[in-house]
Amino acid sequence: MKKKEKTDKKRSLQEEEEEQQLFSLNDKPFKEDEDDDDLSDSVDSVYSGLEDSGSDSEEEEDKDEEEGSDEDDDENDSAADDDDKNDESNKNAEDQSQKKTVKKSKKKEETEEKDVKKENEYEHDSSDEEDIRNTVGNIPMEWYKDFPHIGYDLDGRKIFKPIRNKDELDEFLDKMENPEYWRTVHDKKTASDIVLSDEQIELVNRLQKGQFGDVHFNEHEPMVEFFSNEVMIHPVTNRPADKRSFIPSLIEKEKVSKLVHAIKMGWIKPRRVEDDSKGRFYDLWASEDSSILAKHRMHLPAPKIPLPGHEESYNPPPEYLFTDEEKALWEQQDPSDRKLPFIPNKYSSLRQVPAFSRFIHERFERCLDLYLCPRQRKMRVNVNPEDLIPKLPKPKDLQPFPTTQSLVYRGHSSLVRSISVSPSGQWLASGSDDCSVRLWEVCSSRCMKTIQVGGAVKSVAWNPNPSLCLLAVAVESTVLILSPALADKLVISSSEKFLTGQQEEGPSDGADPVVWSETEGEELNQGIRLKIKHPKVVHQVTWHAKGDYLASVMPEHSSHLQVFIHQVSKRRSQNPFRKSKGLVQCVSFHPIRPYFFVATQRCVRIYNLVKQEMTKKLQANSKWISSIAVHPGGDHVICGSYDCRMSWFDLDLSTKPYKMLRHHKKAVRGVAYHRGYPLFASASDDGSVIVCHGTVYNDLLQNPLIVPVKVLRGHVITHDLGVLDVIFHPTQPWVFSSGADATIRLFT
Amino acid sequence: MGGLQKKKFERGAATNYITRNSARKKLQLSLPDFRRLCILKGVYPHEPKHKKKVNKGSTAPRTFYLLKDIRFLLHEPVVHKFREYKIFVRKLKRAYGKTEWSAVERLKENKPTYKLDHIVKERYPTFIDALRDIDDALCMCFLFSTFARTGKCHVQTIQLCRRLTVEWMNYVITSRALRKVFLSIKGIYYQAEVMGQLITWLVPYQFSHDHPTDVDYRVMATFTELYTTLLGFINFKLYHSLNLVYPPKVHVTMETLSSFLHGCKLFNKLSITGVKLSALSGSLARVVSTEEEEEAKLDQFPAEGEDVEKMEAREKEQKQLEAQKKLFDGLKIFLNREVPRESLAFIIRCFGGQVSWDKSVSIGSTFDVTDETITHQIVDRPNFDKQYINRYYVQPQWVYDCVNAKILLPVEDYFLGVTLPPHLSPFVEEKEGDYVPPEKLRIMALQRGEKPAQEQEEEDDEEEEEDEEEEEGGDDEVDEEEKAEEKNLKKMEEQKSQGKSLQVKVTPGKVRAENPARLEQEEKAEEKRLAIMMMKKKEKYLYDKIMFGKKRKVREANKLAAKRKAHDDAEKTKKKKARK
Repeated sequence: MKKKEKTDKKRSLQEEEEEQQLFSLNDKPFKEDEDDDDLSDSVDSVYSGLEDSGSDSEEEEDKDEEEGSDEDDDENDSAADDDDKNDESNKNAEDQSQKKTVKKSKKKEETEEKDVKKENEYEHDSSDEEDIRNTVGNIPMEWYKDFPHIGYDLDGRKIFKPIRNKDELDEFLDKMENPEYWRTVHDKKTASDIVLSDEQIELVNRLQKGQFGDVHFNEHEPMVEFFSNEVMIHPVTNRPADKRSFIPSLIEKEKVSKLVHAIKMGWIKPRRVEDDSKGRFYDLWASEDSSILAKHRMHLPAPKIPLPGHEESYNPPPEYLFTDEEKALWEQQDPSDRKLPFIPNKYSSLRQVPAFSRFIHERFERCLDLYLCPRQRKMRVNVNPEDLIPKLPKPKDLQPFPTTQSLVYRGHSSLVRSISVSPSGQWLASGSDDCSVRLWEVCSSRCMKTIQVGGAVKSVAWNPNPSLCLLAVAVESTVLILSPALADKLVISSSEKFLTGQQEEGPSDGADPVVWSETEGEELNQGIRLKIKHPKVVHQVTWHAKGDYLASVMPEHSSHLQVFIHQVSKRRSQNPFRKSKGLVQCVSFHPIRPYFFVATQRCVRIYNLVKQEMTKKLQANSKWISSIAVHPGGDHVICGSYDCRMSWFDLDLSTKPYKMLRHHKKAVRGVAYHRGYPLFASASDDGSVIVCHGTVYNDLLQNPLIVPVKVLRGHVITHDLGVLDVIFHPTQPWVFSSGADATIRLFT
Repeated sequence: MGGLQKKKFERGAATNYITRNSARKKLQLSLPDFRRLCILKGVYPHEPKHKKKVNKGSTAPRTFYLLKDIRFLLHEPVVHKFREYKIFVRKLKRAYGKTEWSAVERLKENKPTYKLDHIVKERYPTFIDALRDIDDALCMCFLFSTFARTGKCHVQTIQLCRRLTVEWMNYVITSRALRKVFLSIKGIYYQAEVMGQLITWLVPYQFSHDHPTDVDYRVMATFTELYTTLLGFINFKLYHSLNLVYPPKVHVTMETLSSFLHGCKLFNKLSITGVKLSALSGSLARVVSTEEEEEAKLDQFPAEGEDVEKMEAREKEQKQLEAQKKLFDGLKIFLNREVPRESLAFIIRCFGGQVSWDKSVSIGSTFDVTDETITHQIVDRPNFDKQYINRYYVQPQWVYDCVNAKILLPVEDYFLGVTLPPHLSPFVEEKEGDYVPPEKLRIMALQRGEKPAQEQEEEDDEEEEEDEEEEEGGDDEVDEEEKAEEKNLKKMEEQKSQGKSLQVKVTPGKVRAENPARLEQEEKAEEKRLAIMMMKKKEKYLYDKIMFGKKRKVREANKLAAKRKAHDDAEKTKKKKARK
């Protein structure tokens, strides 16, 4: 900076001098020399950078100024008058003059003067050094080769070339002869040769070596820490503070107001106090209050993970390891079906145990269970199964009942469909598919009589009247009335009389669907007394308790001729129903009162025979009723059904069964009540007869007690048929059963 | 009646439940936040009794929460924190987007945090409640403490988990609460009894995990967040119940200090106490320096009748427990470097034994291999060259089996290179009719103080087998007689049925002695069968189910027994062959 300032000063000085010279304008060669000198001087001063010289020149300048102040004024005027060619120079001159005036006014205050000078220096902006000897500028000098001059000096006069140009020879001679040749430099701008001085050569040498131009410059001077950490008492610059440093900043004001607003609105919060209480633990349960407990009433704690068993051990007992089949099965199974979520494995020592690959999985699944799995309180049924079994009176206390098979009646060759015991209890009649009816003596199991009837016997029924000895047999579409002649002569004769006694020919013979006829010859010898011809196949016959009426069943859909009631003494038949109410399965008379039970597939209808109306309809809750039996008291009915059930109806209670008994595994074929003892039995296709105790109390408020007391087995199941019929002995606690294995068995 | 009639699903069960999605909407939370809230607050779905009613007639599978639960969540302060955090994230994103780094700094400083103390207190109103539910917390913390710093979770979490688990183990050691241990293929199960609560936890084996990709670590981290809080408070309470200083400090003697310091150079990340704690070898500092524990004796109450028996049983149990607590008292056990140090040191110290290991394995070793007073050395390699005479070299399973058997088992079965006896689960309690492995029977015999004579037994077995064969032979003879008789009878019957005239011949009948006991049994069985017939349908169903389960159990037990027998037979034949 300083250097520059000085050069600037120098230049201005030169200019002034030149101006002065201009005014004098006397001797050119001199002037040229001076110029040269000046140039060299200036160059010297520029490159040597000596402060001394600078300061000297300043002083000189000052002196000059002082001396020539008066003249300057005149000069200014004259200059303005003479030539305005160079505005710059003029300006400079003017400035100079102004400076001088200012300087004059503040001569004694040196510091201020310096300041002013500095300001001056700023104004001289001379960053590029103009060539002041030739004003043509930076152009190729060949353009002037045809001219006698080479350019113009500052005053606009031509700078002439030297008269004779040096040619090669001159050059060579010069080189040979001139001892100064090596330090001569050709200046193209002025087309003159300049001989460099010793100092200049040294300067060039120094610059070539890369040293500082100034010899005296000490490049290794200790550095003065100017801006250091130490606080100085004086300011670095003495510049007065700016105005802006005294008035509040507008930008800052805006920023602050923004922040203030944000704080006011709660957008910015003060820096949070560091809270280290997060990881700090204290006695959380110091005061345990039960008030929160109410909230947890609905809480279902998660079940704990089940504890591991032997199979999870790293060294389990050998029986817990999987066999090959088990392993294959485990691999085939779906993961949710597997009993164990892993394969047990055995390692001979602890160091061989690897990491469990699904460990993180299992933990994660547990986590999922904990927060995603719906929970439900399930009441665990923790019952002793023994408690579930109802407490029943011991069968021992309910004796007598049949317990053992004591007799087997063999003789039939095909399945025995039906059996019946004589009211005296001495004889047993059986009808079989081998087209015969056999009469057995109960106690000896001897077959007393075999009657061939020429068709499969569907049903046999002994007349319940003890003073008669008659047997009704259903064979295909006829009902035969037999007189087996197995009783006292008195009884036989009375029964014969009963059959032949009153004969009344019905008025309408042709229209009657049922035909009564007496038998003759061989059949009569066999004991067949009457034939009642029905229009269809008869499936069941049953007697009224008095022994005069006989009911027969011909099940057929949509026919009103399904049931007939015959009066044997008068040889009269009647069809009690005008309409079909379904497929009739079986019928029964009430033992005491004039009621008639008709069992269709689903329900049992009870008709009052006197009033000729239906009194009750019992819903059996089963699919297909197979058989029906009426309690000798007449208030209870049991129905067996093909869907393994037996339903007990209490006629006083409801039309729904009082009890459903599912004792059998297969279809129930027959049911029977004992006439005297509180027993009933059921026969089923599973080959068993189940005897139950069924006490009916006289007290109407007490429900019947039903206890199974014995399961009797003996029949062999043939063609999926087991026991087909069951019947009790009229007086003894014995039960007869007939089966598909062509036998009849007595259990006592 | 006044008022509008309510529509179909506006009352009753339908109003008590809320689906998950609608609950989420009600709380105005995103699904991850809702999930986190549910985890922290312990809200879980409920299975309604009538799903269709609750689901407004639809049968689509939905999860239902109790409406009460969701209402309860509405007022949770943590919900606000979640929202704040959401806002924070949004602001931070915005600041990043605008490259306003000062704003980023400021926001990060004000990052919202939350505490779970109140939730822990709310979920577990009493300390015992908290203890009951600590199983999962322990399992989770032990798992997380084994994680490497792989970015699956925060490093701080891992360190905290490690700290808490070590503190827990130290508590168990000091209170001698450990009861059962089990080496499973999954890891090591421990069961401790703390304040009357049985606490079971599972520690994985010390291997690095290969992290599965189908596991949501955020869920696990949320659980861990809650569990660490819970475990910290529990540890605090437990330490104070034993008059211990919390956070724990270890008593250090001068000689061990140097080794500690040596170790600390290795683990300079953890604090010194942390490292010392994890060594599990020092005793903990107490608030009140009473070294001797007062033995809690059962107070004697005047009792009568049954109470006396009960009291005696209880006293006996207590005595047994005391004995178990001092199982390893006086034993000096040295752990070789290949055995799991932490687990074994934990167990041995829990039962009063002294334990040490090689200095280079871990810090905190208290004595050297060369110590002459060492009684046992735990080794897990096939052979060992330099053996001292006055100590037993046993495999690690010995320690675990001793703990479970509650006695010091004979070391012969556990010597080096010996085939180890099976390791049984101590958690199985066999009821009557269950299959009991013979090893268990043997241990039970040992517990009763009977000396097992194995070889004799084997001989006995052989003899017995022969006897059995003989007996069977005898049975066969009887059977044959019966068969002959039956044949005769059958023949006769056949002849009879064919209608041939029998050779009438009366043979004197044999008197058959009826076994009255058997008869009675049969009668009973019959009675039962008849009674079962009379069961109601509902009860019958239940009864059948129960009986089916029982039968299955029996079947399984039989299967196991058969398998074992087959295995033993195979072994025997192998042995015989080897002998020949």
